[in-house]
Amino acid sequence: MTIRIERRLEQPHWLAVAVPSASIVLALLLTGAVLLVTGHDPVHAYHRLFDAAFVGKDALTQTLVSATPLAFTGLAAAAAFRMQLFNIGAEGQLYFGAIFAAATALYLHSWPSALLIAAMVVAGAVGGAAWAAIPGVLRAFCRTNEIITSLMLNYVAALILNYLIFDSLSYWRDTSTPEAKVFPQGKMLPGGANWPSWGIVHSGPGLVIPLGFGVAVLVAVGLWALYSRTRFGFEVQVLGDSPRAARYAGIRTRRKILAVMCLSGAIAGIGGASQDGDFRHLLDPRGLQQAGYGYAGIVVAALGRYNPFAVVLISVLLGGLQNAGYALQGADFPSGLVGVMEGLILFSALGCELLRRYRVRVVRRTGHEPTVPATEPTS
Amino acid sequence: MPEHASTPPAVRLRGITKRFPGVVANDGVDFEAAAGEVHALLGENGAGKTTLSNVMTGLYRPDGGSIELYGRPVEFRSPRDALDAGVSMVHQHFRLVGAFTVAENVVLGDHRGEARTFRLRPRRIERRVAELGEQYGLAVNPRAKIWQLSLGEQQRVEILKALYRESRVLILDEPTAVLTPQEAETLFVTLRSMADDGRTIVFISHKLNEVKAVAERVTVLRGGRSVATAPTTDATPQSLAELMVGRELAAIRPERVEVPVEDETLLEVEDLWADGDRGETALRGVSLRIRAGEILAVAGVAGNGQRELAETITGLRPATRGLISVRGKRLRGGDPRRAIRAGIAHVPEDRLGTGVAPSLDVASNAALKSYRGQGPFLRRRLIRRRADELIRTFDVRGATHATPARQLSGGNLQKVVLGREFSAKPTVLVAASPTRGLDVAAMASVHGYLREAAAEGMAILLISEDLDEILALAHRVVVLYEGELAGEVDPHGATVNEIGLLMAGGSRA
Repeated sequence: MTIRIERRLEQPHWLAVAVPSASIVLALLLTGAVLLVTGHDPVHAYHRLFDAAFVGKDALTQTLVSATPLAFTGLAAAAAFRMQLFNIGAEGQLYFGAIFAAATALYLHSWPSALLIAAMVVAGAVGGAAWAAIPGVLRAFCRTNEIITSLMLNYVAALILNYLIFDSLSYWRDTSTPEAKVFPQGKMLPGGANWPSWGIVHSGPGLVIPLGFGVAVLVAVGLWALYSRTRFGFEVQVLGDSPRAARYAGIRTRRKILAVMCLSGAIAGIGGASQDGDFRHLLDPRGLQQAGYGYAGIVVAALGRYNPFAVVLISVLLGGLQNAGYALQGADFPSGLVGVMEGLILFSALGCELLRRYRVRVVRRTGHEPTVPATEPTS
Repeated sequence: MPEHASTPPAVRLRGITKRFPGVVANDGVDFEAAAGEVHALLGENGAGKTTLSNVMTGLYRPDGGSIELYGRPVEFRSPRDALDAGVSMVHQHFRLVGAFTVAENVVLGDHRGEARTFRLRPRRIERRVAELGEQYGLAVNPRAKIWQLSLGEQQRVEILKALYRESRVLILDEPTAVLTPQEAETLFVTLRSMADDGRTIVFISHKLNEVKAVAERVTVLRGGRSVATAPTTDATPQSLAELMVGRELAAIRPERVEVPVEDETLLEVEDLWADGDRGETALRGVSLRIRAGEILAVAGVAGNGQRELAETITGLRPATRGLISVRGKRLRGGDPRRAIRAGIAHVPEDRLGTGVAPSLDVASNAALKSYRGQGPFLRRRLIRRRADELIRTFDVRGATHATPARQLSGGNLQKVVLGREFSAKPTVLVAASPTRGLDVAAMASVHGYLREAAAEGMAILLISEDLDEILALAHRVVVLYEGELAGEVDPHGATVNEIGLLMAGGSRA
């Protein structure tokens, strides 16, 4: 008997759901094995994890807080990937969105709240787009690899962010009290810059939806409409599939590359604005940098197969995992567990991709003649 | 000369089946070739010739069937197994390393004796390559770098590779596509002498007269099945073509039909210069003038500036010097969109990568140049309706508007491209190798569309390597050699030989 892996002749639709689900189950089993080996009870650990992520008091609310930035950076990665552009720079673009949004909020402190929030969203988008324009221009006009440039610019953005708060007396830094001079931190944003949130479910665990998450859902809808309904989306599709065909069709490829990079950066930048307005209420370098939202967003986008709606859904799942990780950190809960799980989920999701395109078949051998299957396996 | 009843054939394939997503490329193919024989494998594009040869050389593993070499069953798990068993192949696109010398390429991938040692001893390899070259009439300098060689010379290197490895079975996939008629003659002599040494040559082609000229027997593939094997002495081009297509054909050679030419000049190219992909000067002062209703053919061996000429006129490649004007209006170069607006349609040489976006559906590809309607939104319904219309009028088979373009066969894909280009009602059509790789039936319909377009007053620049096609369609023929126009011939009086001489760089006597 031999095992043969062969290409599927067609890909049935149910595979699109079955394979990702199977990969999550596989990841849970693998993590369970890790827990067993290290002497933990996997059932107990999973129970607590699930509880902390989705069921417990305020769990879902906290999960959305973690999910919101992931949704933005995930959508940013997905937007660029549609054109086979790999924007690894959502991290830095998010910082710049946060910097621009914070400056806007501080400068326009007297504006009415609704206008101020709108201005922050715009400023965040502009900041992210501006930062993304650098690798965009380099890619479009000098054919520089955008993966490297966007990645490297993340470090530059982080240094700028730190400089603004820790190493300078910048506009963003709080210098009002002697204390603040010793322990540097950002200026508090005006009250009008606090993004509202809506309590949807008040009983039981409760659910409060932050404005930022709502904006992320809107961005997802907008992105979907842009890519499936407009000329711009059509051009991006052609360009993603065959740059030569795009040029042949008279599509201005350089402009499109730059536009898509800026779009991607703008989405990440709005994520930065949401961090300012929804959660942190000041420009907070440490808080922005500790979670690695930009990189996690790439994972989210990959798991969501670059579909905007799936990206939002996956961001909630991974957000839940992160949230549970924070909540459960302690002596009795293995601290690396969440990281291990995230890694295994990505690993098995990518591994199971193979099953969408290939089929594993066991072939029984009789003598020399290889067996020819009498019938095609049904699909 | 072969055929001893007792000796088993050199190659025997039985019931080879190979499936790909959406197609069965080989469906129970039987094939046999004897030692010392040149055996042609004939079939339309998409008949499964290339798939079959990839199975023979271990690139694909068949889903069913068996392979025997000299009576012994073999199973190739990789191309290396096939090479070890003495089966080599010369692919349509050469597998050579441009920066290496001839000798280095010959020894590359060889893993017996000499080549196995850590240290390369180039002198000995070079001597052996020179010897083999002399013996079989494959003149090429062993120390030359591949990039310095013409396509014909590169092909010789590929054959030398097989000889150096002492392959007993050599498969050549459409070897004459890149050769002048004269070079093809030389190749045939080489192949004959290799067969006389007891080797087996499998010659893949869809050109009937070549098959008659070089092979002893021919196996015809149609739709993934082997339909017949016959000695070439018994076959006529007519009978072979019928086997290939599966029905009777009126005439194989496209017939000449005169289309009247008007006086108005639609496309004018003056002193056009352009660089190739590697920065070399590919076009050197080409001047052309095409009138309404005229088909001007550019003949030449591939790689003499044809692609650059087509790309420069259609705006894909900037000109370094010179003028292009359409209806007397000067066109700013290097911008495909301006060229499209000026009324220049383009059937590119590379259908699948340039002519269409392969993963997108037929509807999107049919709209590739016309999707810009009013406003920012796509008019999906209109796009689909137009695609359905195109499928109907151009008789695209086996596809709906939702079929991904890459699943179409070469002929149907070309119909989509032509349909799209014609639907814009262009002034000028630049058609680069519009029938390359197409079967006889599809070729005939493409020729029909080109003639029709000319009759409607379009100016057509036909770039082709197929001289029969050129002689049948063109009002005037120019020959491109090393980026320059080597001369103009009158298709009414010209012979293939005469054009061939110009293509090879010789001037007319």
